[in-house]
Amino acid sequence: MGRTDIGPPDYRDMLPPVIKKNYGKWKYHETIRPGVLRHVSESGDEVYTVRTGSPRLLSVDFIRDICDVADKYCDGYLRFTSRYNIEFMTDKKANVDALIEELKRLGLPVGGTGNAISNIVHTQGWIHCHSAATDASGLVKAIMDELYDYFTSMKLPAYVRIAVACCINMCGAVHCSDLAIVGVHRRPPKIDHEKVLAQCEIPTTIQSCPTGAIRRHPDPNVKSVVVREDLCMYCANCFTVCPAMPLADPEGDGVAIYAGGKVSNARKPPMFSRMVVPFLPNNPPRWPEVVNVIKKIVEVYASHAKKYERMGEWIERIGWEKFFKLTDIPFTEQHIDDFTHAVETYRTTTQFKW
Amino acid sequence: MSDETPLLDELEKGPWPSYVTQIKRAAKKKKAAKDLLGIQELSYKDRVTHWKHGGIVGVTGYGSGVIGRYCDQPEKFPDAAQFHTMRINHPAGWFYNTKSLREICDTWEQYGSGLTNFHGSTGDIILLGTTTENLQPCFDALTEKGYDLGGSGSALRTITGCVGQARCEWSNFDTLNLVYDLTMEFQDEIHRPRWPYKFKIKASGCPNDCVAAIARADFTIIGTWRDSLRIDQTAIRNYVDNGFEIKTLVVDKCPSGALEWDDRTKELKLNAEDCVRCMHCINKMPKAIRPGTDCGATILVGGKAPIIKGAYLSWVLIPFIKVEPPYEEIKDLLRKIWDFWDENGRTRERLAELIERVGLKNFLKEIGIPPVPQMVYKPRANPYVYF
Ligand code: HEM
Ligand code: HEM
Ligand code: HEM
Ligand code: HEM
Ligand code: SF4
Ligand code: SF4
Ligand code: SF4
Ligand code: SF4
Repeated sequence: MGRTDIGPPDYRDMLPPVIKKNYGKWKYHETIRPGVLRHVSESGDEVYTVRTGSPRLLSVDFIRDICDVADKYCDGYLRFTSRYNIEFMTDKKANVDALIEELKRLGLPVGGTGNAISNIVHTQGWIHCHSAATDASGLVKAIMDELYDYFTSMKLPAYVRIAVACCINMCGAVHCSDLAIVGVHRRPPKIDHEKVLAQCEIPTTIQSCPTGAIRRHPDPNVKSVVVREDLCMYCANCFTVCPAMPLADPEGDGVAIYAGGKVSNARKPPMFSRMVVPFLPNNPPRWPEVVNVIKKIVEVYASHAKKYERMGEWIERIGWEKFFKLTDIPFTEQHIDDFTHAVETYRTTTQFKW
Repeated sequence: MSDETPLLDELEKGPWPSYVTQIKRAAKKKKAAKDLLGIQELSYKDRVTHWKHGGIVGVTGYGSGVIGRYCDQPEKFPDAAQFHTMRINHPAGWFYNTKSLREICDTWEQYGSGLTNFHGSTGDIILLGTTTENLQPCFDALTEKGYDLGGSGSALRTITGCVGQARCEWSNFDTLNLVYDLTMEFQDEIHRPRWPYKFKIKASGCPNDCVAAIARADFTIIGTWRDSLRIDQTAIRNYVDNGFEIKTLVVDKCPSGALEWDDRTKELKLNAEDCVRCMHCINKMPKAIRPGTDCGATILVGGKAPIIKGAYLSWVLIPFIKVEPPYEEIKDLLRKIWDFWDENGRTRERLAELIERVGLKNFLKEIGIPPVPQMVYKPRANPYVYF
């Protein structure tokens, strides 16, 4: 048996020499072109960082390819960002162009810096999750193909962070993204009573439902549960604790789109993303309806927002009523909140736009 | 079983690098990856997932780090019938040397599907797809190479932090050292789930919050400073002389009105007491403006995603704390919070939901922190007070 609780490797063994030497001494940086940062140290040393996108789901052979690149140009080191981008660092300016060429040959887009659309934070979807209401990797690929130019340039008013979560568990950082795409179910769980008996603990299952929709089966001889469908909001909490209650349904499942969130504290405090489209169907392999709405919102934002204004700051300034008008997105009853903190969103003033 | 994947093939077109290409590459060597491709194609056809709820699988001595996964079509896809995931704790900051990365690749080629995520949204290295039988030998081989499992289930999740002082001039404390130190201190909490639900710690070196700590962590550490930001007036003039519109792009956007541009003396004036340290002016003029020198962090608690009671952003708990090894104050605070949560939290109740249920006032009393106005936007408006 192996050792336990050794923890991860010490990060100090993973740092490129120039990073190690100038640790904590960085003075300033600049983005010299999309995807290329230059950091300058108090010591006068420089490090150039070339950032590329990545599909996140990587084969070991591909990882070996990028290791070859890092061995050749980066003293055998590389790093990943929190958005799955890959960063290649070198202290030699002369390496930068060759490095970029090599990365292009591997099919990796250089960019994701400054006022760009960086890689999409996402979850597992149909690749690996039982709970998924949509796929994540395919949606990301379809959207990034369409928004590719925004990754490799810096022409937006501010950066736009996009996230995809394939169910409302939202493993990814979606609820505070400029644009968030969330897989949703629209049908209550389908209960397999025999499996409930074998696999589920009934009190736990009843307790799991945030709306109290789950009751014991009315027939005491049936050791199972029933769902009051009018109370169910398809959150799948019950499915998490009881595998006999799946919600997946080809017609019922699809995605919702949220907009205007941010996590940074720059200018306005962090904000949640808000619903802009309650439902679009799953239409693999390329989800054209979703891609079109995302593209439309990005384009309206790009042409209307002021410089350095994040999507949420722009929407707050013009008002949500104006946002729906500009984007031609219909406002429906689903947009009106009726969950835990709903009334805070109801308008308590006569000030609004037409 | 047909080898054709017409739907997925569509996703090999277009400029963005394709995950389908990655699976196909692994499929040349590994049957499990080939079956994953088939399962994914089937999901694209049926528009539902073909994964079943995970069973309990793992490695000896651990309660977390492995996610059990089974396909609902085992006859069609025998080589991915069991397709468990291993979460491997990443080195802080996601830096790697290639020797170490290659070792992970070799091990995973031997024991798994050859497919990975760098990284999962948890921050862990995700090794996607192996059998129950291979879990223990794979784990043993990984520990030989210096790697260990990350957290899952009702445990402390793998701790993450931004790149920090390794390559960012704005970091107000050493995020990588803090992340590594806390990770080593709390191995037991990471590997043996015993709480009401999950608990996350994330650290960002400044209020830009590159790892989204305020939205994604129950315990959020964000770097800040107590003195004035540092302004280099010569560098400011360089920006302005190069056509940078300092008035509209920086001064007017300062959320607290702390900045003033004197067009006559060409000087950027700061009323340091009014600055709320939002980072905007620094972000836009990194060569001229820097954070202060009396550095530390703000600690906030409660951030989480919507399940179950709704989403929360973390709330300010400690406006300022010095963040220096051995980080005893932070560790004590964490232990106090966990004790309180463990004792009072209901099953699957995250810290924020518990605090909302019992009230912030009672939470503060329990963990012994006095109230300060920085904790709230504004005081209460209603008269319904307990004394
Ligand atoms: C625009 C809307 C939303 C965004 C941007 C969003 C974003 C996020 C983020 C960033 C996380 C990760 C949190 C973490 O790491 O713990 C998350 C988790 C989660 N989200 Fe959302 N979310 C949104 C809406 C919702 C809604 C409407 C629900 C359910 C009704 C939901 C349910 C969840 C759940 C269950 C989790 C994981 C639970 C947890 O970590 O506490 N999310 N979401
Ligand atoms: C058996 C059940 C589950 C399995 C197998 C599972 C699997 C996973 C996997 C593989 C990831 C990594 C995702 C990625 O790499 O993008 C993940 C992340 C996550 N899951 Fe689950 N999940 C399960 C249940 C849940 C439930 C019930 C919730 C919330 C209520 C949840 C919330 C999350 C969150 C918030 C993350 C991101 C974690 C983080 O950022 O630390 N998961 N899950
Ligand atoms: C010019 C100024 C900025 C520089 C030089 C900068 C630098 C960086 C660096 C070094 C990373 C990688 C960090 C990591 O993965 O741990 C990063 C990522 C990130 N930064 Fe910034 N940052 C800047 C401004 C901002 C601002 C203002 C925000 C938010 C409002 C922000 C949000 C993020 C986010 C969300 C990430 C993750 C993106 C990714 O991994 O691709 N950054 N930034
Ligand atoms: C102990 C605390 C309070 C007491 C004893 C109190 C008492 C009163 C009384 C006697 C009136 C006149 C009612 C009438 O003429 O019909 C009134 C009106 C009002 N109070 Fe209070 N109040 C208290 C706290 C508050 C607070 C905290 C708020 C708001 C944040 C508030 C908001 C108002 C408003 C808006 C009115 C006018 C209502 C109207 O014209 O219909 N009060 N209050
Ligand atoms: S978001 Fe939902 S479906 Fe997607 S990986 Fe997480 S739990 Fe699974
Ligand atoms: S899906 Fe959610 S609301 Fe519906 S029964 Fe299950 S737990 Fe309750
Ligand atoms: S959070 Fe701040 S200190 Fe950390 S990498 Fe981002 S900008 Fe730098
Ligand atoms: S950091 Fe923000 S609040 Fe402080 S002076 Fe700069 S723009 Fe204003």
